[in-house]
Amino acid sequence: MSAPGKPFSRTVSAIPPSGIRKFFDLAQSMQGVISLGVGEPDFPTPWSAREAAIHALEHGATTYTSNSGLLELREAVVDDLADRYGVRYRAADECLITSGVSEGLDLTLRALLNPGDEVIVPEPCYVAYQPCVAFAGGVPVPVALDPGDAYRLDPAIIGAAITENTKAILFGSPSNPTGSAQSAADLEALAALAREHDLWLLSDEIYDRLTYHGIHTPAAAAAPERTVTLGGFSKSYAMTGWRVGYVCAPEPLAQLMHRIHQYTMLCAPHMSQIAALEAMRTAQDDVDEMVADYDRRRRLFSKGLEELGLTCPVPGGAFYVFPSIASTGMSSEQFAEGLLTQEKVAVVPGTVFGPSGEGHVRCSYATALPQLEQALERIARFIA
Amino acid sequence: MREILTVLESDAHASAERIATLTGIDEATVREHIAAWEASGVIRRYKAVIDWDRYGDQRVTAFVDVTVAPERGRGFDDVAERIARFREIRAVHLVSGAQDLRVEVEGASMKEVADFVAQKLSGIDRVTATSTHFLLRRYKDDGQLLTDPEPDQRLSVTP
Repeated sequence: MSAPGKPFSRTVSAIPPSGIRKFFDLAQSMQGVISLGVGEPDFPTPWSAREAAIHALEHGATTYTSNSGLLELREAVVDDLADRYGVRYRAADECLITSGVSEGLDLTLRALLNPGDEVIVPEPCYVAYQPCVAFAGGVPVPVALDPGDAYRLDPAIIGAAITENTKAILFGSPSNPTGSAQSAADLEALAALAREHDLWLLSDEIYDRLTYHGIHTPAAAAAPERTVTLGGFSKSYAMTGWRVGYVCAPEPLAQLMHRIHQYTMLCAPHMSQIAALEAMRTAQDDVDEMVADYDRRRRLFSKGLEELGLTCPVPGGAFYVFPSIASTGMSSEQFAEGLLTQEKVAVVPGTVFGPSGEGHVRCSYATALPQLEQALERIARFIA
Repeated sequence: MREILTVLESDAHASAERIATLTGIDEATVREHIAAWEASGVIRRYKAVIDWDRYGDQRVTAFVDVTVAPERGRGFDDVAERIARFREIRAVHLVSGAQDLRVEVEGASMKEVADFVAQKLSGIDRVTATSTHFLLRRYKDDGQLLTDPEPDQRLSVTP
C-alpha cells in the first residue's frame, strides 16, 4: 500500500531545506571539530531559573497557562521594555508569550499577510525569515545590504524595493548572521519610510541584551504604532531549549495573532514560562557576566581575523562575526567545506543567509576563549 | 578599567598585550594601571588555584568556631590577629551568631590539625571555647565549581 499520490503543499515543497543541514551532517560525522557554527550560547541557563523550573515541576506547574501566557510574565516583559527602552505595550492585550521568537514570527506573518503581499527582507538574514513569509502566503523580497556600510539598514536600499504590494519590512537587530546593530538614526529613517508607505516594521530583537557599543535601540522607539517587537529569553539568558519568547504588537494585530496561537500552540510551556520569569527577576548579574565574556571573545576573535586578512566590520551585537573571505579567492561553500575537512573548524557559509552572503562566513564566538584561539591558529594554517 | 581586573581575576597569567586585546584598552594604559594597582595594594598578589587533592597531596582542613572573651577597648582585634599569625591558619573571620571567630585550619593530617586546635588555638588567652568541623569534600571554592563541568549538549551547527 502506498501513501496517497496527490501532490503535497506547493508552497512548502517550493522552499528548499536549510543549507545549514549539510554542514551539520558533515561536522557530526567528524571527531575533534571546533565548532564556530553554533547559534546558541555556550553558557548553561542561570541556575536560579533552572532551580525555579525544578521547583515548579515538583509543585505541579504541568498544566496549560492562559493562551496569552502567565500574566506575571507578560507584565515583567512589558515593564522591562518600558524601563530599558521607554517602549510601552500593554500586558493585557498587546503581549503574547510564545514558543520562542520562531512562533512569534510565524504568528505575525500569518496574522498580517494576504496572498501576494510582499515583505522586504534585508539580507544577509536569519534563515527562517523568507521561508516563514512564504509559508504565510506572502512574497519575500530580499534586498542586499552593503557589507562596506556595516550592513546598515540604508533607507535608500530598502526604499528602492517598495511596491504597492509591500506590507512590511522584516529584520533582526542585532543581526544573525552579521552581528550588526542598527543605530537609532537609521531606525528613525526606516520608520519614516514605513509611515510614508504605510508599512509594518517586524523587528526581531532576540539578541537585544547582547550589545557591546551601548544599549540596544528597539525599532518600536521610532514607530510604536506600526512595530511588532519579537523578543525572548533564548540568547540573552541562555535558554534556547526552553522554547519561550514573546511578541508585542499594537492591539488589533496582537489579537489576531492570539487567535492563531489559541488554536495552534495553545500556550508556551508552563514550566518554561516560570523559568523565564525567574530569569528576568534574578539573573541580571548572570547576563552581565555573559555579555562581558562575549565582549572579550568578540575583541580577541575579530582582531585575530583581521590579522589573517579576513576583514569584518566590528560586530555591535549578538555573538557572530561575518568576515569577508574574499582575500582567499574561495567561495563561501569552498571555504567552509575546506576548513572543516582540512582543519576541523566548523563555520557556516554566508550563502546560507542569502545570496548576498557570498564571500563571507558566519563564525559564532559562543565558544570558550582557548577554543577560539585554537580555531584562529587552524584558520591561519588553512589559508596559508 | 574595572575590566582589566576582571580578566586578571580569572587569569592571573594574562599578559598586558592579551588584556589589551580582550578589553579594547590600549596596552600602555593596561600596564600603567596594573603597576598602580600593584603599588596601592588593589592587586594583592598573583595566585594559582591548585587542586592539591588531584595533585596527590593529602591535606586536611577544618573550620573551627572560636568563642572569645573580648578585650576592653580592643574588642576581638588582638585575639583575631594573634590567631591569624599561625602558619596553620588559612583564614580568620569575625562572624555573627553564637560563636565569634570562624577560622580555617590546614594540616597534613587530622592529628596535626587536632593537635594544633588543642594545644595552640584553645590555649590562647581569651579563647574560651572551640568547636571543630573537619572538611569532608569541597564542591565549590572561591566562586569556582569543583564538580565536573556539564557536558556541552549543543548540536555542532545550528542556525
